[in-house]
Amino acid sequence: MSSLEIRNLNVEIDGTPILKDFSLSIPKGEVHALMGPNGTGKSTLAKALAGHEDYEITSGEVLLDGVNIIGMEPDEIARSGLFMAFQYPSEIPGVTIANFIRAALTARMEEGEKFNAPAYYKDLYEKMDLLEIDRGFTSRSVNEGFSGGEKKRCEILQMAMLKPSYAVLDETDSGLDIDALRVVAEGVNKMRGPELGALVITHYQRLLNYIVPDKVHVMHGGRIVRTGGPELAEELEEKGYDWLKEEATVGPA
Amino acid sequence: MSNTLSAGELNLDSPDLYKVQQSQSGFDVDWFQAKQAEAWKTWLETPMPQRTDERWRFASLKQVRELGRFQPSEFGVAEQPELLERSALLQKTAGRIVLLDDNLVVQDPISAELASKGVIFTTLTDAIARHPDLVREYFMQQSPELGSEKFEALHVALLRNGVFLYVPDGVTVEEPLVVYNWAGKEGGAIFPHTLFVAGKGSKASLVEFQQSVSPDSEHLVIANAHLYAADDAQPSHSIIQNWSPQALSFQLNTSNAQSRTNAKSVTINLGSSLARQEIHGRIFGSESNVELYSLNVPRGEQEVDQRTLQTHIGPNSRSDLLFKNALMDKSRTVFSGLIIVEEGAQQTDAYQTNNNLMLSEEAESNSLPGLEIGANDVKCSHGATTGRIDESELFYFQARGIPREKAQELMVFGYFEEIIQKLGDEEVVDCVRALVQAKFIH
Repeated sequence: MSSLEIRNLNVEIDGTPILKDFSLSIPKGEVHALMGPNGTGKSTLAKALAGHEDYEITSGEVLLDGVNIIGMEPDEIARSGLFMAFQYPSEIPGVTIANFIRAALTARMEEGEKFNAPAYYKDLYEKMDLLEIDRGFTSRSVNEGFSGGEKKRCEILQMAMLKPSYAVLDETDSGLDIDALRVVAEGVNKMRGPELGALVITHYQRLLNYIVPDKVHVMHGGRIVRTGGPELAEELEEKGYDWLKEEATVGPA
Repeated sequence: MSNTLSAGELNLDSPDLYKVQQSQSGFDVDWFQAKQAEAWKTWLETPMPQRTDERWRFASLKQVRELGRFQPSEFGVAEQPELLERSALLQKTAGRIVLLDDNLVVQDPISAELASKGVIFTTLTDAIARHPDLVREYFMQQSPELGSEKFEALHVALLRNGVFLYVPDGVTVEEPLVVYNWAGKEGGAIFPHTLFVAGKGSKASLVEFQQSVSPDSEHLVIANAHLYAADDAQPSHSIIQNWSPQALSFQLNTSNAQSRTNAKSVTINLGSSLARQEIHGRIFGSESNVELYSLNVPRGEQEVDQRTLQTHIGPNSRSDLLFKNALMDKSRTVFSGLIIVEEGAQQTDAYQTNNNLMLSEEAESNSLPGLEIGANDVKCSHGATTGRIDESELFYFQARGIPREKAQELMVFGYFEEIIQKLGDEEVVDCVRALVQAKFIH
């Protein structure tokens, strides 16, 4: 089945449960938004899906097109087709963007396969133009000295180059001014299509004006408490999250 | 009969060595021989370094004290076609000198155009014979004064050859001038000497590759390199130390700047069981910029012991030192650096940084930064960092599908890159990057 399927996921950090029986299904070809107040476990979900060792998965399943990725190394998960756009991407001194993306692509090649450098640079420059990234950036160290907007564009550039089946965008809108937000959103929109399933994690509705999701999920207390269409995001923008908290304390019906 | 013994058959602790070598060297230059005689006396009279000497703090003295077993090389070499092939790491060069065990193997002359401008790039013996006054003006005029005076004296006493580079006022040499210094003799002792005189407003770069013919042989190397930068000169001197992993090597360098110079020295340490380096940058004039860089990648039980001095004598100058170590296995490094700002050196900007990337639990780095400031209007800073591979950076690589081991490798290469880029010339950068990366992988 072509989907990213998260079933009854329980995740702890240092023994504290953060995600509690979290379930979510993203069919390939759809873009879902995950919203919710701060501290509710949105970023924990992203890190846990990417295989970060500090996030202990105590039970549940994450099926990437039917294959359980729990227990895989982070790099195996990535090569299986899941991409994570970081909220706070690391700075890597001395490793250029061109070499970094090249290493990521090389890691995906079959043994004996030759890397096609001219085709790579052609593709890289096209994607950079699309994301309005100056070509001089290829020889700059990954994220070193980048502005917030440049870092996020660099994340989307990597996503565009690696062509994942599924992507999790963790607070990609944070720290972006309106122009950078538009560029990043356009980049993501260009990648939308039957070959990509995406989960856009955001605190604000703002980004969803640009990336219109197929579904909106609202998270509270470590699980999804409500699911709806794009209009749900607007409702949240109007009413805030408090009414959901009240609902959540009452408990699901 | 004892008088048929060659200098190459005598150990360094033989009292007859100096006499025998002098009788066989064919050298007939009074001032030079007088210097050698005096140096031999200094070698004999100077005691071995002691642990109580601050300049030998944390040093591994045992190896350093046992030099007696080494023997100088023979005079003259046979044809070395294989060595010449191995002495071709760079294609685009302005000149090449290949030395094996302090003997000239081959010399690719500089272009007629450069020669007509007065550039001299030749062996030290040739320079002493043909340009005695020029060599004499600079030869051993400065010393690092960082603890190895005894070994410096031995170097001068037994010195047989080396490289002399002179770039006259206003002359630019675009491509690097390259020296390949080879150590071949098992148990041999060699004394490579480099003298680089950069005239006013000149610009040139000298690159020195130090290698052993066989990776299994043991040698003693006591090398000296001195750079003199006249006003407005822009010299660059790089040494890629890649002696065999059994070698004991000393590299004693000075970098001497007049006014408005831009002088750069880069030292890459890959080889030797113990590499002791003393590097002294002196700025005599004003508005000069002196840069001292080093990258050290010890593994196994290798040790790199570096002592540095940045001395500001003239005002309004800048010196910048960045020494980076990446330590594997049970390797060990010592960095002891001092910035001295003399009384008249107002408005000095002096920086000193030593970074240690620990790639093994068993490696050991020692960092001793220091400042001595005699002027009241200066900007000086020194710092040392010791760290391991950053886990969050590693996760970032992995999240892109790059396996952990490959990610570590890329991060370490990234760490090296800051110094490798300082080599400037693109071909030199690529060549040294390949050498350094090979050392890390194997």
